[in-house]
Amino acid sequence: MSEKLETITLTDEQAKSRRSRNIAIGLLCGGLVILFYIMTWVKFGEIMLTKTG
Amino acid sequence: MSVIEDHTVYEDIKISLAMPGDYFALLKPRVMSLVVFTALVGLLVAPGSIDPVLGAVSILCIAIGAGASGALNMWYDADIDAIMSRTASRPIPSGKITRQEALGFGLFLSAFSVITFGLAVNWFAAFLLAFTIFYYAVVYSMWLKRATPQNIVIGGAAGAFPPMIGWAAVTGSVSLESIVLFAIIFIWTPPHFWALALFKAEDYKRAAIPMMPNVAGEASTKKQILAYSLVVAPLGVSPWILGFASIAYGVIAAAFGVAFVWFAYRVFKMDEADRKMLPAKKLFGFSILYLFVLYASLMVEALLPKVTALLGMA
Repeated sequence: MSEKLETITLTDEQAKSRRSRNIAIGLLCGGLVILFYIMTWVKFGEIMLTKTG
Repeated sequence: MSVIEDHTVYEDIKISLAMPGDYFALLKPRVMSLVVFTALVGLLVAPGSIDPVLGAVSILCIAIGAGASGALNMWYDADIDAIMSRTASRPIPSGKITRQEALGFGLFLSAFSVITFGLAVNWFAAFLLAFTIFYYAVVYSMWLKRATPQNIVIGGAAGAFPPMIGWAAVTGSVSLESIVLFAIIFIWTPPHFWALALFKAEDYKRAAIPMMPNVAGEASTKKQILAYSLVVAPLGVSPWILGFASIAYGVIAAAFGVAFVWFAYRVFKMDEADRKMLPAKKLFGFSILYLFVLYASLMVEALLPKVTALLGMA
């Protein structure tokens, strides 16, 4: 069985803006991972200090 | 199953051409910078201390929350933004971002900033941030802006909350000092915006926004600008009177307060036939400097002991 799939070919401008958005989203997600990692350490640190203090 | 691709360019299908910078513009970065600055002052002036990382997270959340309310404002006001020269190049009226995209972006950032703030810092400050977003997007943008010439008087509270949120991030509460920081911006807002509304009256008229000069007239607006400036000048000195700023701050605030009243008086005396409205433009520019100097002075005073202590340890 064959099926005809219709796709959209992006113009150069559309492809460029999509790529820029993807890079920005990627960088933001990476930044958030780092931020939440650091935040978790700080919050755990607070709890540890409270328990041991 | 085999798939045969049919590469066709569909001209009628709207594919976004928005760049990341267009989404950043939705956050009203200039307003955001003022919010970050005043929130930082609230955070630094507050008694007690906060972990520097959590302090930075607080400022980040407040900035994102302010940006989210800016995006929601642009979603709601897209029709009038297209009419006014000052706002016609914003991402929605210029066709780079759709209204639905702006709404989704604003709602997502609102939820993200409030939840992150609550989890990382404290829920009282997060509640204040949520209330500020609601106040700007709903109370000001939806209810007041197109309905009453008191729009920026009541709506001005949204811009005045950030130092209170910064304070609450450290203390988990509200106190007289943070209310004073709020009040300075709250009372400063009407003369600041009405100076702009005087020389942008035509723009506001075209967009049918009932700003004070368009509704009550120029003479009444000038009187009210002077009246508010007579309140904001002593209010600016009150942090010294109440004892949470030094006499050096008091002198600076008093000098700039006198200048504020002088600029407002020049607007009051401005000729009705004067269409260049230079005094109004000068007051608008000076009002920004006034708020910056007052808050920067408070920040320097809050930072000095900490820097001295650090140098003493080294």
